Amino acid sequence: MTAPPLYWIRKDYLRMKTALFTTATLVLLILACAGIVAPGQSFTATPPLTITVMAAASLSESFQELGRQFEAQHPGVRVEFNFAGSHQLAQQLAQGAPADVFASANQDQMDSAVRAVRVAGSSVHIFAHNQLAVIYPSNNPADLVELHDLGRPGLKLVIAAQEVPAGHYSLEMLEKASQDPSFSPLFKEAVLQNVVSYENNVKSVLAKVALGEADAGIVYTSDVNDQVGQIAIPEALNVTAAYPIAAIQDSAHADLAGAFVELVLSSAGQNVLQKYGFIPVTP
Amino acid sequence: MSAASPGLPRRRFEVWQLLSLPFILFISIPIIALFLRITPANLWATLQQEGVQQAIRLSLTTSLTTVLITLVFGTPVALQLSIRQGRFNRLLDSLIDLPIVMPPAVVGVALLVAFGRRGLLGDTLTLLGISLPFTQAAVIMAQTFIAAPLYIKAAKLGFSSVDIELKKAAAMDGASRWQLFRFVIAPMSWMALLSGCVLTWARALGEFGATLIFAGNFPGRTQTMPLAIYLGFEVELNVALTLSAILILISFVTLIVVKEFLHSRVETSLAANDY
Repeated sequence: MTAPPLYWIRKDYLRMKTALFTTATLVLLILACAGIVAPGQSFTATPPLTITVMAAASLSESFQELGRQFEAQHPGVRVEFNFAGSHQLAQQLAQGAPADVFASANQDQMDSAVRAVRVAGSSVHIFAHNQLAVIYPSNNPADLVELHDLGRPGLKLVIAAQEVPAGHYSLEMLEKASQDPSFSPLFKEAVLQNVVSYENNVKSVLAKVALGEADAGIVYTSDVNDQVGQIAIPEALNVTAAYPIAAIQDSAHADLAGAFVELVLSSAGQNVLQKYGFIPVTP
Repeated sequence: MSAASPGLPRRRFEVWQLLSLPFILFISIPIIALFLRITPANLWATLQQEGVQQAIRLSLTTSLTTVLITLVFGTPVALQLSIRQGRFNRLLDSLIDLPIVMPPAVVGVALLVAFGRRGLLGDTLTLLGISLPFTQAAVIMAQTFIAAPLYIKAAKLGFSSVDIELKKAAAMDGASRWQLFRFVIAPMSWMALLSGCVLTWARALGEFGATLIFAGNFPGRTQTMPLAIYLGFEVELNVALTLSAILILISFVTLIVVKEFLHSRVETSLAANDY
């Protein structure tokens, strides 16, 4: 009478053992693969020194190249980047996020890092300038030709949220245009009517336009790539963004942080920035 | 002997309690920390902001629409999964599980690639005059994709728990398929359907990544509470904290109410069975 239940219990027990064994093997396998495929990650020894650079999203490409240069100049040092909207980075710094260098897309966010006592006001340097550009998907679905076209009803425009420097500058540019005699005074309103999304950082604006979901977007000239077309903004209306950089004053590697800032300001660093569409400060 | 045997299980119980403490603390400390940062005055002031009210309204309407859509289109799937067996259905079952484990950002990109203007169905949708990205429909689609599987899974379990003999008996008495569902299956599994709905609703309320990518961020149109929290975190911490607290409160209160309600129902039905 007792045999059948015991038999079932034993079978279940064996099944559980097999399941546990299989799961454990799989987990170990994945961990092993991760260790082999990505050496230098958590499972093997990390390089002795890592510096963290918090940089505005618009600096992604140029700073990654600068990071490689820095690593070549300082063997054994790794540069880790945290790219995001400058507001987000400033907020993270204010909340005590560990970092060694902060590069912002505008002065306001650098000021807020200074207020949070993470950056010494005297150590801030302007390292690059940037301007705005209107972009459209490669097939230009809305047939954009000039800046005036942004006010055309029914256009789908994506810009950065005004809390992000790029969005702030975009609004400033539209305001300037509205006051210009060659534009309608209602130009800004007409353009804002067409906004379908306020993105959290300028790279999302680029992505939505490059994907063809939006007819147009406003980004920095440094963001323009070969996946999108560009409409020039008249020089008089364009806004010039100044990018400040500073070493974090409580950095654990103050010397390396300072060296990274120096590299960005050096002529080699300025060349890299120019290559990615920025306006260098030391021409 | 008689003194030791009641003592033994009690001590083992205490060990379990002790071992469960780290996890309970890990979950509760961040939530408590969040509420400690909020003052009632701040909460009230933030609630007065037009943007905050818009986000709350939008979140409530989109998530409730998601639940309705899930009920209508998810129930047949759950029924199908509960009735049929076999390889195809196991595959279908895994497919339904997939959105639960997919990173929301991946869901957002997938939705864009499928329903975006240049997506797989983009041309067809354009011909029909439909443009989904950056609309409230996109928010609802993102929420449904991610949250509906929770309801389907719960409903499937509920449907499966209905005794097959009961269904056979009803069928023998001449019940049509609809009557079988309406008068036998649904009344016996409605608690599972309800808890599934609540889970789906709570998950839809919290959806962020897919919405941000597929629907964008436009106050009053596609900026739900989690999106407002994300942007608020960068600009005004008060807004982020207030909306976070509201989200947690809504979810927690709903979960408690539904659990209590279901619990009391189970108790009474068990009691009824005893007599």
